[in-house]
Amino acid sequence: MKISRLLKTIFMIDFLTGLLIAIKETFKAKKTINYPFEKGSLGTRSRGEHALRRYPNGEERCIACKLCEAVCPAQAITIESKERDDGSRKTVRYDIDMLKCIYCGLCEESCPVDAIVQGPNFEFATESREELYYTKEKLLENGDRWENILAANIKADSSHR
Amino acid sequence: MESYFSILFTEVYKILFILVPVLVSVAMIVWLDRRVWAFVQKRRGPNVVGPFGLFQSLADALKYIFKEIIIPASSNKLVFVLAPVVTMTLALISWAVIPFGEDFVLADINVGILYLFAVSSLGVYGIIMGGWASNSKYPFLGAIRSAAQMVSYEVSIGVIIINVLLCVGSLNLSDIVMAQQNLWFVIPLFPMFVIFFISALAETNRPPFDLPEAEAELVAGYQTEYSGMMYAMFWLGEYANILLMCAMGSVLFLGGWLSPIDIFPFNAIPGPFWLIFKILLLFILIALVKATVPRYRYDQLMKLGWKIFLPFSLFYVVLTSSFLIYFDLLPGK
Repeated sequence: MKISRLLKTIFMIDFLTGLLIAIKETFKAKKTINYPFEKGSLGTRSRGEHALRRYPNGEERCIACKLCEAVCPAQAITIESKERDDGSRKTVRYDIDMLKCIYCGLCEESCPVDAIVQGPNFEFATESREELYYTKEKLLENGDRWENILAANIKADSSHR
Repeated sequence: MESYFSILFTEVYKILFILVPVLVSVAMIVWLDRRVWAFVQKRRGPNVVGPFGLFQSLADALKYIFKEIIIPASSNKLVFVLAPVVTMTLALISWAVIPFGEDFVLADINVGILYLFAVSSLGVYGIIMGGWASNSKYPFLGAIRSAAQMVSYEVSIGVIIINVLLCVGSLNLSDIVMAQQNLWFVIPLFPMFVIFFISALAETNRPPFDLPEAEAELVAGYQTEYSGMMYAMFWLGEYANILLMCAMGSVLFLGGWLSPIDIFPFNAIPGPFWLIFKILLLFILIALVKATVPRYRYDQLMKLGWKIFLPFSLFYVVLTSSFLIYFDLLPGK
């Protein structure tokens, strides 16, 4: 037993078998994707960049109930509300500090009207910190841009809500 | 005066003719290293910049050039700045004696192998200076480890070289290559070649002997406090050293610029290509080793160097010399 172990060490059998395996693996298909050019699939519940949605007639969904502001564990959301001329309560300010946000998804979960949601976009890196302080306009614009996917995701997930 | 300048210019021209390809190939070799590593792990590796990602290293170099150089307040500034320069310079000046072909060598000096050996021993200074001048614990520990490791394996490499020299009878690298016309030294001295290869890994701080920069315990070893271009210079020096070790291995054991068989299609290819081909082969092997084996423990490393490699290569020196004397094959007779 000991002799065979010694011979194995001298002739580096373990090392050579390892090397052989390494060479074999080299020619196998890659397990990773070619990221910036091809992307992996995302689940319907993936929590990316935030968006404020609208009703199909263009009316904002948000009713300024401030549940998301209250539930936010990082206190990243700031909301100010005012009564509009037609008597409905709407936000005048809806800010999310994306640097504070921990992407837990509690705001989306607490929202009674599916207004604030987290979309599929996770590539929103910026060159300055200021750009990551999202205002209401930015969030509404996000909502308009991703509405198709957001609506589809909510519909697909509706049976679990 | 005029002749002095003409000599100067031809020499500078020759130096550039070697230096620029070496620097470019260092950049390429970094790419190759990352690519091989990625392929073994079934990843893609750098493949975006240029064809097959070939220009990745140039992009990295550009990034390093534009990064801020941070010099720690408590460091010894002169030595701190000098260390990467020393590492890089020492890695590059060794290329002066590497023969790329018949009469295709910058300095065809008679003590070529001794010069190589001396310069690669000096390489420790760059690392020690870097580690000491940083005035920080991780670089210091990394530098100590690196110094001990390089000195230990230098010894066994020295003894291995004696084996080759016994068969050649000359310290001139071109002579060493020419002595391999009939038989490459890798065949009679195969165990020495294996030990040389492993020692070269340890000498250049490559995995599995990359203890000086073991990131799990020492952050990045002697490079911890370096940033920007100074870090890149350490990095370039390291890879230039690896390339040099590959070149040394091909010259000492794999017949340098000689073609494997001296028949038509092979010997028509010019010598430098054969040398480059052999260097690449050795480098790919080194890259594969990096991807395959886990890191050694420090005491195992020292034990391997002093208790196994050194006695064995000494024993092989006795074996080689007695063989040469018995069969009356000693060179220079």
